[in-house]
Order: sequence, then structure tokens, then C-alpha cells
Amino acid sequence: MKVLCGIGGSDDSFRALDRTVERAAVANDDLTVAVVENPDSSVDPDEIARKAESAVEEAGIDAEVRQVEGDPGSRLVEIAETEGFEEIVLGGGHTSPMGKITIGSIAEFVLLNAKTSVTLVR
Amino acid sequence: MSDRRYPDAVADEFPVPPTEFTDREERTVEIRPYEGTDEEYESLVEMYDAFDPADRAQGIPPGGEKRIREWLDAILADDCLNVIAWCGDDVAGHATLVPDGDAYELAIFVHQEYQRAGIGTHLIRGLLGHGQSESIRKVWLTVERWNRAAVSLYKKIGFETSDAESFELEMGLRLNPDADEEGDADEEGDADESEGDGGTA
Repeated sequence: MKVLCGIGGSDDSFRALDRTVERAAVANDDLTVAVVENPDSSVDPDEIARKAESAVEEAGIDAEVRQVEGDPGSRLVEIAETEGFEEIVLGGGHTSPMGKITIGSIAEFVLLNAKTSVTLVR
Repeated sequence: MSDRRYPDAVADEFPVPPTEFTDREERTVEIRPYEGTDEEYESLVEMYDAFDPADRAQGIPPGGEKRIREWLDAILADDCLNVIAWCGDDVAGHATLVPDGDAYELAIFVHQEYQRAGIGTHLIRGLLGHGQSESIRKVWLTVERWNRAAVSLYKKIGFETSDAESFELEMGLRLNPDADEEGDADEEGDADESEGDGGTA
């Protein structure tokens, strides 16, 4: 399957990355990792991209890691549409001190606007 | 996550528990701070084990006794504030404040058998009274925007919406003045009453 995994540097996005890379190795997915500019994350995009590259390398798969500028949600949806992706994978949300799960603004936009299936990784 | 907004005005004074009242079903209900005994803990586990999954909000309370215990261990820690609504030996509801930087995150749960009887209002006011007496300054919460009973309860209490941009509304309340200001709380009389008293929030 042609899978687009969007990560912006939050903890849950790195969990999504690990799980997607793992699955791609087993299922032979055609994976692209898109590093987006998450305004809520303080991690430098270059560093996120390096993390993604090393996760891909470790899993021994052939996946493209690309940095995407602009509004994260709409860019992910646009890329999925124009390049024929079948699934978008994102982090499954932030957990508050109380244990409440909050879905980030990127996931919310993608969920409502994507034409592909969307997976949120818990 | 530390750029949350809070009302400028300090909230009303809330009653400090223990307090007792009769609910709309003529049941005697007592609001008491959690003291950390095994009996209280096990009664809470029992309440959450029987909690209607339809009343879960944003993943809490979790399902299954093991996860309930893990979750309770986190929110009943020494640096948290907890208040329980008792109907005899049964827990009718539970409200909690969990530290988050310079503020506290609030959640409240009323067991389905005890909903719509005014217990939620007493419970949250008791928790906030407990918080005020422990010098807590700021409280925030998130609530699913379709949970209108909960949203109206929080508004009635004095919470103001601080972020309405996502699935969940974020609301804030100032319980005590900041350290550097001397209290000049202006507020209006408190409206009590209503049905804003759903299962969770």
C-alpha cells in the first residue's frame, strides 16, 4: 500500500513513525515520511528528518523522507491526493496530565478533509 | 502548553468540604476530600469499574480494573487534590485536580445512577473550595463541545472558554490571585441550580 506518514515532532508523531516504519517492513508498504511544520512542536525539522531517516534505515526499508513547508494539514491532504497515496498515518494525540487524549489540529484537519483512510496511531 | 489563558477576575469563594446536602432524589450526599485510605481507594475502583462506557470522555476513565487502578494511582498521587461524593458507603462521584506546571487540570465524574440530581454541581464546587483552601491559583479543563450539560455546568461555575479551535473546548478558571498581585476579585453573585450535571467532562 502507498502510505504517507506525517510527523511534526510531537511525541505521538514519533510513535506513529516507529509503528509505520515497522509495519512497512512487514507489509512491504511504499512509504513516504513527510516532515511537517507543527507550530506546537519545538523540535527542529532537520532533526525530525534525521530521526526519520535513521528509523527508515534501521528497519532496512526503502522510504523517502521529505520536508514539507506550509500549512501541515492541507499540505498532507494535497500530497496524498496529487500523488495517489492510499493512507495517511498520523500521531494519535497528546495525553494530558489527567490522562485525557486531545487530538492535534493537524490530525483534526486531515481527518475531516482527506479522501484517503486516515490512521491515528495509539 | 503553558500559554493557557485564564479569566482576569478571581472566582467566587467556594464551600470547603466536608459538606452535606440532599440531592434531587432525596438522597443524603456528603462531599469529602480524599484522605488516601484503602477503603476510599477501593470504593473508587468499584465506582469506575461500574462506570457507563458511554460516559467516558477523551479516553477516561479507562476500561478494565487494571487500567483503572493505574490511572487512579496517577491522579490520586500526593500532589493531586481529590474530592469524593459519598452516598452512604458508595461513591456517587469523584472530582480531581492534577498538577500541570503552574496550574491544575480538572476532571469530574458522576456515576450514571447519580446523574441529573445536582451532585455534579456540589462536587465541583467542593473540589474548587478544597483547591482554594490549598492556595491553588489556576485551573483548566477540556470538554467535548457536544457535552452541553458539562459545558453549561462549567460556565455556571465561572469557567471561561480559552480555546475553542479544536474538537474539545478548553476552559480556565482563576481560583486565587497570582502571587504578585493582591487580591482584587470582582465577581458576581453565584447562580446555583440547574441540570448541568452530566456524567463526565
